Amino acid sequence: MNDAFWAPFADNEFMRHALAAGVLVSILCAFVGVFVVLRGMAFVGDALAHGVLPGVAGAMLLGIPGFFGAAVGAGVLMGGVGLVTRRSRLSSDTAIGLFFVGMLSLGVIMTSRSSTFSGDITRILFGEILGTTTTQLWWQVVAVIAVGATVTLCHRPFLLLTIDPDLAQTSGFNASRFNVVMLATIAAAVLASFQTVGTLLVFGMLIAPAATAALVSRRLSTMILVAAIVGSVSTYLGLLISFHADLAAGATVVLVSVAIFLIVFAIAGGDHHAPPTHPAHGAHH
Amino acid sequence: MSAEVHNITSESFIEMNDLAVGYHRHAVVDHVNAHAGPDSLIVLMGTNGSGKSTILRTLAGLLEPISGDVSVLGDMPGTHHARCAYLPQHPASLTTLPLRARDVVAMGRFPRLGMIRRMGADDRAAIHDAMVRMSVHPFQDKPLHALSGGQQQRVHLAQVLAREADVLLLDEPTAGLDAQGRNAVARVIAEERARGRAVVLATHDLSDAEPADHVVLLAHQVIAQGAPRDVLTDDNLRACYGFTDRH
Repeated sequence: MNDAFWAPFADNEFMRHALAAGVLVSILCAFVGVFVVLRGMAFVGDALAHGVLPGVAGAMLLGIPGFFGAAVGAGVLMGGVGLVTRRSRLSSDTAIGLFFVGMLSLGVIMTSRSSTFSGDITRILFGEILGTTTTQLWWQVVAVIAVGATVTLCHRPFLLLTIDPDLAQTSGFNASRFNVVMLATIAAAVLASFQTVGTLLVFGMLIAPAATAALVSRRLSTMILVAAIVGSVSTYLGLLISFHADLAAGATVVLVSVAIFLIVFAIAGGDHHAPPTHPAHGAHH
Repeated sequence: MSAEVHNITSESFIEMNDLAVGYHRHAVVDHVNAHAGPDSLIVLMGTNGSGKSTILRTLAGLLEPISGDVSVLGDMPGTHHARCAYLPQHPASLTTLPLRARDVVAMGRFPRLGMIRRMGADDRAAIHDAMVRMSVHPFQDKPLHALSGGQQQRVHLAQVLAREADVLLLDEPTAGLDAQGRNAVARVIAEERARGRAVVLATHDLSDAEPADHVVLLAHQVIAQGAPRDVLTDDNLRACYGFTDRH
């Protein structure tokens, strides 16, 4: 029995690499995912995860590592959204949506134009968690340290931003500067994750574990810890199921994390928007 | 109030001289004049959209003044973050946050602590004191989204008090509160003044304006400004509410 749970990892190096990569992605996404969920920035996370597609495709055409192309793609997306939001009366949601579909379409056109891309589009969208190399793992370790240090250092302005940018500003933290820092940190986590779980699925790892954590925890540090654990457990279970049932590994991992959210929601999340059971004296509304 | 404090500290907490405030170089209201030292209360009174919030946002350093002079604690607005606390109107995101009430109150200490300094005993005491004063402590461990609108407003007010600021800028702090909550706010404002703090209060409730040292009556322009007995006359109030035919 134990064999079925551990043997796939003990016997296969690619499974061990995939597990390590998945756990690192889970930790990365936990650090930034909680802020994406708390600030209601899921759409930005989604756009970032998909907006890197033309960058990756362009990098492949030029024969340079996909990471650099993705970084350029993320930069163009965030810069464009910022510019349109500032210079027009459109909401940032509209600007994000415009750049999101624009970049995604561009990416699809770039990959469909070239015959060399026939297998690559699936690889970009769904990643290659089973093909993770040792070098990629080390880069992810570096990303975990950098993103973790940034979030730890900036947790106060980030928390204030989740309530209200004006509150951050009047508390002595430059709201627009820390907003950029937060977006850059999210982008860094996406960039460090997409090669293993893909641009489509990194979004799932960003949202599902953090949303599960938000259901059961009340503090930022606990929320990050729970999200990292949910992501890691999802990785293990997802890889195990995909190994035994011969399913797509990355997609199974993300599906498991969404299933965990639904289970936790059914158990713990049902009463969350109910009125308080013991309203404090004279404060009901 | 305490004349001794006045004599010791002649420091000006709030100065507005012929101030025009607004957005994108367009003035919403102009010719605003008010001065406040320690323990004084300035009330900005008027209907919705009359410019009260715009004046407060300018004093908080969130908007550039269009023209005229303005200073808070002797400097440009937005300079002394730890000494000036601002309560915005209707903080929207609170309704969905799963963070504990007491952690949100604790954010009031962030301007003093900066990025990394750890909380000390005095920080914890200030947080506890603020929660007790706004009666937040019975539900301090509850997540914000489980609280009613009135309870959330108390949490936000407690956060402002936890800052222990010398200047409090309060934008309709009694919004969403019942009679007991409104009394608690009035009591806290009186207590803050007794501690030598200056309060600027935006309201459309006449009873809030009566204890003020200085009232600015607004309806897209200054109808009257000065001592309450000179400003809150029937003619002025009629002129104020006649300009914006609601409320």
